[in-house]
Amino acid sequence: MADGVPLIQVDNVSKHFGTVIALAGVSMTVWAGEVHCLLGDNGAGKSTLIKILSGVHKPSEGRILIEGEEVHFNSPRDALDRGIATVYQDLAMIPLMSITRNFFMGREHVVTRGKGLFERLDVRKANRIAREEMAKIGIDVRDPSQAVGTLSGGERQCVAIARAVYFGAKVLILDEPTSALGVKQASVVLRYVAQARARNLGVIFITHNVHHAWAVGDTFTVLNRGRTLGTFAKEEISREQLLHMMAGGRELEELSAELAEFARGRNRTGGEGARPA
Amino acid sequence: MASAAWEEARDERLKPTSPLRRLMARPELGAVGGFVLVLLFFAVVAGDTGLFSALGIINFLEVSAQLGIIAVAAALLMIGGEFDLSVGSMIGFAGIVIAIPAVEWGWPLWMSILLAFAVALMVGWINGTIVMRTGLPSFIVTLGGLFILRGLTIGITRWLTGRTQIPGLREAAEGDWLAPLFSAKVGQGLMQWLGDAGWIAVRADGVPLASGIPMSIIWWLTLTALATWVLLRTRLGNWIFACGGDAQAARNVGVPVARVKTGLFMFTAVAATIFAAVQTLSVGSADVLRGQLKEFEAIIAAVIGGCLLTGGYGSAIGATFGALIFGTVQMGIFYTGVNTDWFKVFLGVMMLVAVLFNNYVRRKATEGR
Repeated sequence: MADGVPLIQVDNVSKHFGTVIALAGVSMTVWAGEVHCLLGDNGAGKSTLIKILSGVHKPSEGRILIEGEEVHFNSPRDALDRGIATVYQDLAMIPLMSITRNFFMGREHVVTRGKGLFERLDVRKANRIAREEMAKIGIDVRDPSQAVGTLSGGERQCVAIARAVYFGAKVLILDEPTSALGVKQASVVLRYVAQARARNLGVIFITHNVHHAWAVGDTFTVLNRGRTLGTFAKEEISREQLLHMMAGGRELEELSAELAEFARGRNRTGGEGARPA
Repeated sequence: MASAAWEEARDERLKPTSPLRRLMARPELGAVGGFVLVLLFFAVVAGDTGLFSALGIINFLEVSAQLGIIAVAAALLMIGGEFDLSVGSMIGFAGIVIAIPAVEWGWPLWMSILLAFAVALMVGWINGTIVMRTGLPSFIVTLGGLFILRGLTIGITRWLTGRTQIPGLREAAEGDWLAPLFSAKVGQGLMQWLGDAGWIAVRADGVPLASGIPMSIIWWLTLTALATWVLLRTRLGNWIFACGGDAQAARNVGVPVARVKTGLFMFTAVAATIFAAVQTLSVGSADVLRGQLKEFEAIIAAVIGGCLLTGGYGSAIGATFGALIFGTVQMGIFYTGVNTDWFKVFLGVMMLVAVLFNNYVRRKATEGR
């Protein structure tokens, strides 16, 4: 929070799909060197919000400011050019393509040689960079020309994150990066999230797993039915309060004890059972 | 980064993979292996029938080349995740677009050839745009194209000429500057020299039976080389793989999916037109039924060559070997005197085997270590 201007400011953004109000006046702020967790149950509007931030959708109302400047994204490419990189849970990688090809997908021009018709990929250089970048995050890639399909789920997420960081992302948006992973693999990804923060990136970490959010998050914004229930610094709130907010909202106060119990139990089995590492 | 240390570390961890295993990972392996088998088979069965004389070789290469021209384009499109079933009809359509203005209206041939290419670009663009705009499967959209183009070909030709065949292209080609690009033969000097030396068969007047290499073979090899270069060494190649592998993921990182795919549709239509130009000019006539079933033959060649039906994987060299298997078997059966009905049985079986093999290879490539 050094320089006084937030990386991303979402100002009263709404999104309607026909008659459906997916987002109704959401505001949030992301600073450099901060992991901002976006929490909420299914249908809360998390996906819509990040799709607006990553240039897939346009907001119906409200403004997006990047480093204090209002922006209008027409495509994911525009968002990428402004340093906003989104890593999608299942759409991050193409399994049949090699690690290197995935790594440079859409950004091949940084590893080309020659001009015009003779422009070509410098395969050796591309392989070297991919291998080095993966090594920086502690993943041994034996052969960067091997298909991404041969990597584990956590490693795939890490390739996507390493790619985003290498291409100068200032803000990383991670869409449920840990939800399909086992405990061990999730911790690999979480460790890398912490590393990205240490490099002064802003991270928006979308999840419905409060335990994962709590492990790395600095700030928490809870969405519910297209509205924000508030943004909280880690000191201001407890894990139980977050869980409670996600699980039902204030009107269900009398059921809170049971709900919290239920949610905790569900999260525990969800975390351990999903896929053995 | 200390890259030397890295190099060492990598070597340490890399299990020494045998060249054979590396070869196994190539998509075109099946087609190359299949071609060798086919060659061996006919060497035994038809070794003395003239299949492997200079003329025989040129013959089966020419058959392979014509299919290869469209198979390479079909392979690129399949790797990009789409089909084009209108290729065969496009061949017939391009044929009459070349023939009617040149023969009926007295246009210079080069002008009608250029017109055919312009029309092809437009047809490809329409195919691609419909597919990308509507999100409908290209299978359905181009199936529509198959019938529309064939119908237009027959309808227009009969309406304008009252016939279904347009002869007289050979006369139109005389003295034309563009026609030799499709109808000429190259390497005549080499063939003559081989004939004079007594290594290949000659006619009574001393001209070799195989008087030169048809342009179709040159087109085929050039397109194969070009497509391979694009796929393996260029940005566009990476985009093609990405579009076919997962269009949404590609879009999310900024690959212009619609433009890439539309461009590939235009390329298949252009390849069909090259096919049509080569064929009409070498035969000397256009026929409304030309190119029937070629769309499926092209897809079969691409699949034999290792392309996955689901996209994202395959090779242009593979498609070329697929076409080569086609041509060799077709001419091999002809030379051995077996009833050519059996050719279709062979094709079907060959394609099934190829798909099973590809499926296995893909599993190995993505899961196995």
